[in-house]
Formats: sequence, structure tokens, C-alpha cells
Amino acid sequence: MSIEELSVDPGLAAPARKSPLRKLLKDPQAIITSVLLLVIIVLGLLTPWITPHDPNEAQLNAINAAPGTPGYPLGADQNGRDIASRLLHSINTSMISALIGASVALIIGVTFGLLGGYFGRRLRSATEWVFSLIMTFPGLLLLIVLMPVTKGDYRATMLIFGVLLSPGIYRIVRNLVVGVKNELYVDAARVSGLSNLRILGRHVLFVVRGPIIIAAAFLAGSAISLQSGLAFLGVGSNLVPSFGAMIADGFTNLYLDPTQFIWPSILLGTLTASLVLLGNSLRDAFEGVKLKPSKLAEPTLKSESAVVGDVEAAELLSVKDLVIAYPTPSGQLKEVVKGVSFSLHAGETLGLVGESGSGKTQTAFSILGVLPSEAVIVQGSIKLEGRELLGLREQDLRALRGREISYIPQEPMSNLDPSYTIGAQLVEGIRASARMSGADARARVLALLERVGIQDPQRTFDSYPHQISGGMAQRVLIAGAVASRPKLLIADEPTTALDVTVQAEILDLLRELQAELHMAVLLVTHNFGVVADICDRIAVMQNGQIVESGSALELFREPKHPYTQLLLGSILDEHTVRTDPPVPVAAATGEKN
Amino acid sequence: MISYALRRLGAGIVLALLVTMITFFLLSGSLESVARERLGSAATPESIKALMTQLGFDRPAIVQYLDWLGAVLTGDFGTSLFTSQPVAPAVASRLGVTLSLVVTALIITVIVSVALGVWAASRGGVADKVSQALSLVGYIVPGLLIAIVLVAVLAVNLKLLPATGFTHFAQNPAKWAASITIPVIVLVIGGVASMAAQVRGSMIDELRKDYVRTLRTRGIPTRSIVLRHALRNAASPALTVLSLEFIQMLGGALIIENVFALPGYGQYAFNASLQGDIPIIMGITLFGVMLVVAVNLITDVVNGWLNPKARIY
Repeated sequence: MSIEELSVDPGLAAPARKSPLRKLLKDPQAIITSVLLLVIIVLGLLTPWITPHDPNEAQLNAINAAPGTPGYPLGADQNGRDIASRLLHSINTSMISALIGASVALIIGVTFGLLGGYFGRRLRSATEWVFSLIMTFPGLLLLIVLMPVTKGDYRATMLIFGVLLSPGIYRIVRNLVVGVKNELYVDAARVSGLSNLRILGRHVLFVVRGPIIIAAAFLAGSAISLQSGLAFLGVGSNLVPSFGAMIADGFTNLYLDPTQFIWPSILLGTLTASLVLLGNSLRDAFEGVKLKPSKLAEPTLKSESAVVGDVEAAELLSVKDLVIAYPTPSGQLKEVVKGVSFSLHAGETLGLVGESGSGKTQTAFSILGVLPSEAVIVQGSIKLEGRELLGLREQDLRALRGREISYIPQEPMSNLDPSYTIGAQLVEGIRASARMSGADARARVLALLERVGIQDPQRTFDSYPHQISGGMAQRVLIAGAVASRPKLLIADEPTTALDVTVQAEILDLLRELQAELHMAVLLVTHNFGVVADICDRIAVMQNGQIVESGSALELFREPKHPYTQLLLGSILDEHTVRTDPPVPVAAATGEKN
Repeated sequence: MISYALRRLGAGIVLALLVTMITFFLLSGSLESVARERLGSAATPESIKALMTQLGFDRPAIVQYLDWLGAVLTGDFGTSLFTSQPVAPAVASRLGVTLSLVVTALIITVIVSVALGVWAASRGGVADKVSQALSLVGYIVPGLLIAIVLVAVLAVNLKLLPATGFTHFAQNPAKWAASITIPVIVLVIGGVASMAAQVRGSMIDELRKDYVRTLRTRGIPTRSIVLRHALRNAASPALTVLSLEFIQMLGGALIIENVFALPGYGQYAFNASLQGDIPIIMGITLFGVMLVVAVNLITDVVNGWLNPKARIY
């Protein structure tokens, strides 16, 4: 097994808030495996005093002695050697293997990881090259090929094996060090005149200790497995008692006495299993629990009665008393949207304004039914043309998405699949929401790309996302959103990630398309400048609640809530209100429609 | 693309030179015991010395290495010290056995790991627990024990499959399949343990990305989002692990072939190493490195196909 894939992404390896030791003491898996390992190690250490026989002492009269024979509690093997004694001595062989293999890998990996990560680029590319060389070589082959050199001595083999395992450790440490090197506290240490050696020893080694401890458990397990495997094959001196050799002997006598085979198997299995499981516990303790799978499904309702829609709504969209919450580590629900209500008429534009964390994006996602899988809708009602959306299954929501409601995201680049061409993605979207032949869809996409102001539609059609600019990508996403003439367009900060000059063009495009298709637009933003430009009505959100709403004109003229006043005040300082008159897309892009 | 391939090939050649050189110099310490081994009980200090002169073992190691290298460049890999068999055809035929074993195991590993990983990452809950438990078992139980238990149950007790031995595919495909079933299962269990975890992890990362949400808002079916989009993007990191997995399986095959008496490259290497048959050891090392270089090159090409950003034109 490779250590690297067992260790979590170094970026996530932030120091845990609770002390790892305390977490371990609460983890039954960690306690059980540690106790098992401790018992095995202690038995191994006491071996010289508690074993009745030398592991290689062969007694003719004890050949294949049954378990329970006096002096042979677990019987004897085909050479008349005491199984109990051999088992205990095998523990020591395993321990020495683990110790040599793991410490060589750790010493080499950590040393070069620290050096390669901390010092300049030239040293790093040299170490990088050497370690990738070691990594690409089939290690076991080398171990076997070098048998004439090691003379089968398992300690020499483990030494080489340690070298072969070191690239995994090297990479983990190097990544962590590169990450931590530019941290402020390391900078501070450097400025205050600490030598590189002190910094490495104090600050950097502290960060990598967790991953090192975790890796050590897995390394020890690998070393023990490998040593047993080689011993099973008969590599090395047969005077060294080992689980692998015992299993091989026992296997030939399987029918005569299965316990000869079972005992070493159980001990070996317990040893490696305990190490791996302990390693997993250590990882949880040091690095916290990893990301869980997120199911692509309709939002979870807290209960059947969570949907509280009452009267028949006349509006296009009506959101009522919407409460969205997320579970906290302690198991309780924390509300991020706390009873939001608003409505939207056909063709109208509503600005949902608030700073990040105010719950505006969560509200938008809940309308689309694409909340993260952990989210829980505690209560509320979302009606589109009088039809309740909460409680609909994913497949029913899918029929609405793209056709009735569509979405323009904030960050254009991350919202396109990097592996497919722009054209392929748009065609797939169109064909998902309308029955259409491939050729028709293609023609439609090219027309759409032209409509959203892309100069060379065919070229963009054939491009991959990384080959186009952010502004172009946003136009592509707008084209995808309006492809099926939706009734409601939800735009989540559609201009935030773009250059200022492109922002204006995108807003103009949205305005034009809205008039052309008679769409209602829900514009989620933190920018009052954008709101002033395009919205009929405004709802201001703070801490999951709508604190003020009204027509755009009213709100700008007479903001009542202090938070609205604060937001308005801040934009005036930044001069972000647009003063230029709207420019048609064609003029802006220098192209005829 | 061509210049890139040439550069990679150049790096591969450097790797092959380095590894064979290091191996040769390490082995050169044991030349005398090789000569003694070959002479068997007739060995005397004089006869050992004579044989070493005859084999050229008394020359400096660097001269011997360059000699070997020069011969290899003309296509001569030498002959076995013990059987006088030419090295190249012997290694090549054994490599075929090993590759049939490893490639079969790898294909099954990919299918099972993708199925398990995707299932776990896209369903969560019970599916996730089951798949994680399965890969944990693969980690926890040493492959050796799995091999022995399978032999004891399937071959010895139930007599469903042969315990040892090998039939070539060309001779009898059904018998070939039977002869590699248990070895393949053992390799697959080890491989799936790490691959499934990798696929699961990168699928979880992908399914949380923004583009997945945007695809959902376009009304694209979940199946297409998971299999066409997320899986394709998750495949790239998984592929790197797969290439390492392949190298590891080549190593694993060494032990497996000896347990099941398969006439593969591992068993050949093992016997040659026990005897100290240096020409064979060197030939095997060289073929092994070339194989690794080829696998890495293929990985890069496939990666370029999967990931437009990694394409090198």
C-alpha cells in the first residue's frame, strides 16, 4: 500500500482544535488497537524469560506434537520446535522489521522533505528527481534482485525497503513544509533572527508531526507484511523465527494440525490490522474527519410538516417563511436563513442584497433545489406559479430546472466542466431540457453564443473552458441559462468575479435578454451599484433575515434600516455606482446582431 | 507531442542506466559467492579463482558493467551462468505470463474500484460505509493470508480450481483462466483497497465542485453528471494512483507467482537471485525498468486525453 494515498491532503491537515491525544482517548478503536499492540509488544519483550524453549531447538520426540503436550502448550511443528516459543520470537522479528523499515523511511523522507521543502528551488528539484526515481521502480523486484547482496538477512532487506518507502514520506513532508514556509509565524521567526535549523526544528517539525505519526503506523504495517511475505517464500535464514516461515510450515501440515497454521496467521493478522486501524484513528484525531459524500438529491426537509405554503399565490415566485439550517458538530441545527419571505412577478427584477454569509445564496440555491446535501429545510414554502417546490423529488425538480428556472453562477471558470468543450456542454444542457436533434441543438447553441456577444461562436464552441477568458465564460454561462427561455433567472453575483469593464457589458446583456425573453430575474449580490443599475425592487438581507425591502427608488432615496444605510454609505465611498448610460451589447462588442 | 514523448523516453533511458548500474555495482560484491555456488561441492580456492577469471569477474566492476551495456546495445543480453540459456527470450516469455496476470488483475481492479468508489461517493450513507469497510479489509489482511485461505478453500477443499501451476492462454483459454483466478483475486483485493479509496475521495471532491451544481441547474440527469462529468474529472488523479498500483502489482506478482508456482517473471527473478545468476538478474532488472517507463508514458498519454489542460501538443 502506498502511504501517500492514506494520508490526507496536506491542505486539510490544519492543527486540530481539541488536543489529538484527548480525542484518541475517546476513540474505542484507538484504545483497543493500542492495547492489543501493547500486549503483543510486551510479550515480545518478555520472550527470553517466558519461553520454555529456544525457537530453533528441535526435539525428535516432539515432531508435530499436539497442542497441550507437556512443555509444548501450543504443540510443536514438523521439526519438533515449540510453536509457542517460535510465535513469541516471531513477534520480535516483526518488531525489528517494523522498526528498521519505518525508521529508515522516516529519517530519509523527513530529512529530505524538510530540506527540499524549506530551501530553494534548485535543491528541491534535485531531491524531487531522486525520489520520483525511487518511486517509479518496482521495489519488491529490487529486494529480490538484491538477495545476493543482502544474503537474505531480513534486517538488510528492511533497510532497503525503508529506502523504497521513503518517497511517500518525502512528499507528505515536502508539501506541508512548502505550505507552512510562508506562514506569518515562520516569517516572524526568520525576521527575529532564528537560524534556519532552529526554525525547521521548532516550527516546521511541529506542523509535520501529525502526518509523521500517522505514516509511522502504516509504514510499520507494510514492513511487517513484507517481511512475512518474504519469509513465507523462504527468503533468508531459516534460523530466524518469523510468522511468514511459520505460516509456510503450518500450511504443509494443514490437515495434520491446522493450529500450526492458524496461530501465526492470527497473530500476524492482529498485528497488521491493529497498526492500520490505529493509523486510521490517528488520522482522524490529528486531521479531523474528512469530507463526506454529498448526494445529488432534492433538499432534505426536516419533517413532513415543514412545508407551510398556504394561500394560492398569484405571483411567479413566492417564498414564504423559509428556514434553512445546517447541522453543527454537536448535532444541533444552526439556522442560516431565518424565515425569509418575498415574491417575484413575471418579468420583474428583484435584488437580494447582503454581505457574504447573510444567507442570500442559500436562499437562491433552495429555490433551485441544489442546496448542499447537509442542509436541512426546517420550514417554509417555495411556490413557482402556484406549485410547491419543497418536497418535490429530484427528477421532478430536474424537469423544472433549465426550462422554468435557470441559474447564472458567480465564478464563471469553476462553473464549467474543464473536460468538455463549451459546445458539448451547452448542447448537453439544451438537449436535457428540450427534445431536439444533435444538429438542431448545435445550430441553436451557435446562435445563442452569437446572441450573448461572442465574436467567433464556432471557435468558442470548440474551445475548452481553460482556453477562454472569464468574461467570455460568463457569457457562455448566460447563454446556457437562457437557452430554454426560462421564466425565472437566478443570477448569483453574476459580475463579481469579472473585470470592471466587463461587468457593465454583462449587466447590459442581462437587461436586454430579460426584456427580450420577458424573464423574471432574482439578482443575488452584495453590490448596490449593480442593484441600482438593474433592479425594480430590492430586499436587503442580514444574518439570514430580510431587514428591509421595497422598490429600488424608495430604498435608495430613503433607506430606513441602519444596515441598508451602512451598505449604501459604503458604496458611495467606493465610487462603484455606475454613471455611464447603458450601452447595447452590439456596440460594446463591436458587432452586429 | 513527439518531442515530449522523446524527452520522456530519454528520461526513461537515464532511469534504466542508473538502475542497472546501481544493481550491478551492488551485485559485484557477491561475485565470488556466485562462482562458488556454480562450482558446487567441487569448489576450491583455486577453481573459484579460475572460474572468476574465465567469467571475467576479476575485472573492475565498471569495466564489467560497460561490457554488459555494450552487449545489450547490440541486442545480446547474455546467457544464464547456470543453464547457458539465452537471457532475452527467457525473460520475454516469462514476462508474458506475468503481464497476463497483472493486466487481468488491473482491469478487474479498475472496474471494481470505480464501481465501489462512485457508488460510495454519489450515494453516501450505507453505500459509503460498506465500500469503506471493504477497502479497509483489503488493507488490514495481508495478501499472503488471503492467498492461503483461498487456496485452502477453493482449491484444496472444494477442488474448484487448481492450487498451483499454469496453462498458457494459447493452449487452453479456460484452463488459463482457472489457473490465474486465485492469484488475480489476491492481487485485485490488494489493489481495490487503495484504488476504491482514491476513486471515492476524488469523486467526493468533484461532486462538491461548482460546475456540478451548475449542471444540475441545467436539468441534466444525475446519472450523466456523475458518470460523464464528475467521473471523467476524478479519473485524472486516480490514474496516477493506478500507474503506481501497476508497479506495485508487478512487485506483488513476485510473491504470488512463487506461492502459486506460476512460471512468471517474478518466479524467474526469485530463482535467479537465489543462485546469483547475474546475467538473468540484470536482464530482468532492465526489462522491469523498461516496463515501468512504458507504463508511465501510457499514463501520461491517457491523462492528456482525459484532461484537456494536461494535453501537450
